[in-house]
Amino acid sequence: MFRISRKMELSDAVLLFEIEAHDIARKAKAGNFFVLRINEQGERIPLTIADFNKENGTITAVFQKMGKTTHQLAELGEGDSIHDVIGPLGMHSHIENFGKVICVGGGVGIAPVYPIARALKEAGNTVLSVIGARTKNLIFWEEKMREVSDDLIIVTDDGSQGRKAVVTVPVDELLSEDKSIQRVIAIGPAIMMKFVCVTTEKHQVKTIVSLNSIMVDGTGMCGACRVEVGGETKFACVDGPEFDGHQVDFNLLMARQRMYGEEEKAAFERYQITREVK
Amino acid sequence: MREQEARERARNFIEVPYGYTPEEASEEASRCLNCLKPTCRSGCPVEVDIPSFIQLIKEGKFTEAAWKIKEKNALPAVCGRVCPQEIQCESMCILGKKGDPVAIGNLERFVSDYEASQGKLQMPEKPAPTGRKIAVIGSGPGGLTCAADLIRSGHEVTLFEALHKPGGVLVYGIPEFRLPKAIVEREVEYIKNLGVEVKVNAVIGKLFTIDELLGDYGYDACFIATGAGLPVFMGVPGENLNGVYSSNEFLTRANLMKAYLFPEYDTPIKRGKKVAVFGGGNVAMDSARVALRLGAEKVYLVYRRSEAEMPARKAEIHHAHEEGIEFMLLTAPLKFLDDGKGNLNSVECIKMELGEPDASGRRKPVPVKGSQFTLEIDVAIPAIGTRSNPLLTKTMPDLNLNKRGYIIADHETGMTTKPGVFAGGDIVTGSATVILAMGAGKKAARGINDYLKWKFWDTGGFVQ
Repeated sequence: MFRISRKMELSDAVLLFEIEAHDIARKAKAGNFFVLRINEQGERIPLTIADFNKENGTITAVFQKMGKTTHQLAELGEGDSIHDVIGPLGMHSHIENFGKVICVGGGVGIAPVYPIARALKEAGNTVLSVIGARTKNLIFWEEKMREVSDDLIIVTDDGSQGRKAVVTVPVDELLSEDKSIQRVIAIGPAIMMKFVCVTTEKHQVKTIVSLNSIMVDGTGMCGACRVEVGGETKFACVDGPEFDGHQVDFNLLMARQRMYGEEEKAAFERYQITREVK
Repeated sequence: MREQEARERARNFIEVPYGYTPEEASEEASRCLNCLKPTCRSGCPVEVDIPSFIQLIKEGKFTEAAWKIKEKNALPAVCGRVCPQEIQCESMCILGKKGDPVAIGNLERFVSDYEASQGKLQMPEKPAPTGRKIAVIGSGPGGLTCAADLIRSGHEVTLFEALHKPGGVLVYGIPEFRLPKAIVEREVEYIKNLGVEVKVNAVIGKLFTIDELLGDYGYDACFIATGAGLPVFMGVPGENLNGVYSSNEFLTRANLMKAYLFPEYDTPIKRGKKVAVFGGGNVAMDSARVALRLGAEKVYLVYRRSEAEMPARKAEIHHAHEEGIEFMLLTAPLKFLDDGKGNLNSVECIKMELGEPDASGRRKPVPVKGSQFTLEIDVAIPAIGTRSNPLLTKTMPDLNLNKRGYIIADHETGMTTKPGVFAGGDIVTGSATVILAMGAGKKAARGINDYLKWKFWDTGGFVQ
């Protein structure tokens, strides 16, 4: 059992948990993820390790309330426990001094991009960050991102905070103005990562994305998370989750993410009914 | 042994055979000739004293018979169900020369279930502690066997499991109707009661490295029994469409995650109306029979050779036939096709014929020109084997692997090229059986004991 030592609401739909997991915190690096299972009946879901604290022995999970499992997770409070926490999984981010980089975080993707931005900053990079969401209430970690960035641009679809734009707009501008930018890291919904890659490909700037495929074991054993990268099948859990975005088949990724749409809907509706009965 | 009627069982996940009654067991045991030179014993990879336990059954001492088996085998209820006895102990039985051999597997199953039903599991005497600590990586049949033997030698043993439940392939791979999970839990519980510490959710290579275990954490030796792992796909177009599952994923969802109980359990699984399983091994049979139980109207078993070449156990092939799995032999897939939204809706296949024998000695299937046809399906399950999982081994540059990525280890002792590190089971041999992994676990336990005694790393020249 893994105790939740801190719970925070970051925005309307996004929550933060600090989870006591000493051994995982000891080994975690930017870009790793973990798998959790709430209880005996629970499914295994992957979440990015948004931060970690080796001294306190905690890892930070940031998640958006989407379907049954994430809503159920959101009901847990400080002092409650999660049945299983497995990690750190996946390849960690490749960090070096590239010179100048852009870090893009969309929606709940702001959380996983943060430790990468921090590590890139610590490695000596000039870090330009772009964070965005549909609306103001979904933006979080503005201050944290500002601390590790040389410049931070905020965008919202409705203009309620920062610029009224999608993330690709400032990314395109930055790349047009400054040819010394060496690399872009983009994490967010698949559709966002897809269009960031379309934008950066135009400027021929290498772009790393972190793919959030459906997973079961997270150790390479099942192949549920398979994605096509450069025409080859890869497993996001062990070969990734980070890949060269210009090589990723995002349409396949998005189709595979929808695989259990009906089941997810049924499970969520059933969950809401049982909640109301309670 | 009496079984659930085929049509009925094809719609439920309850175990297929009912098991013996005490009378049936006694009658079967009475057939044993108690040979002067019992050849059956030499057919058992874990050296069970078969004639003695059968003798105890004849005397009506069922619990004692179970204890007799447990002297050598910590997982009798598992072995009684999934061992291929027909090519092991039972194949050596003298009665088999003229008729049916003694049903050793069924008897093993009976006595272990009997012992559990009596609620008094006997624990062997606790040996004097040696002060040595061993880490066993992987809690499948090989790891469980090795851990059980080592704890009985007086060492401290920690069993690390990557998944959230111990048992390895016994819990994620083999379906409930062939090996009820309650049975696996019972056997694991026994091993825990012997004193083995089981740590689940521990992905070695990620959470700890082997060097950390042997260094900071003070383990004197490690046994790696992580299994084979990675699924192999067929390399035909469309294999990443929604509805195409590796057998590993399909079985893991159904067995470990209990997706057949969705939505009581959260993990979903596609319940195909028309399902095609590709392959001819036990895993293919298991996948096909699970798909049927999930409510499929039609389950095809597509195999590129003929039934005679199928590597699956005869009993499993027989069960699959009985339950109505449609065998589509001498057929190979060419490509998977979708509905335009990324969901599988059919597979294009081609008929094959058998040509000259290939390297495996089996006649090689060759395509018949112009024999393409399309099969409407909504779930496809390639079950054509696994390859080695590099997750742990790539963190060990000083461990020699063969060219397929499996660990090179001495088959008698489990010794690898890295002092203190032993390995066995599928991660050494490639996909094999539960009992062969158990045999490897047993030998490695012996190898580890010798190593701890002499502290001498002699790989006997097997190292490449």
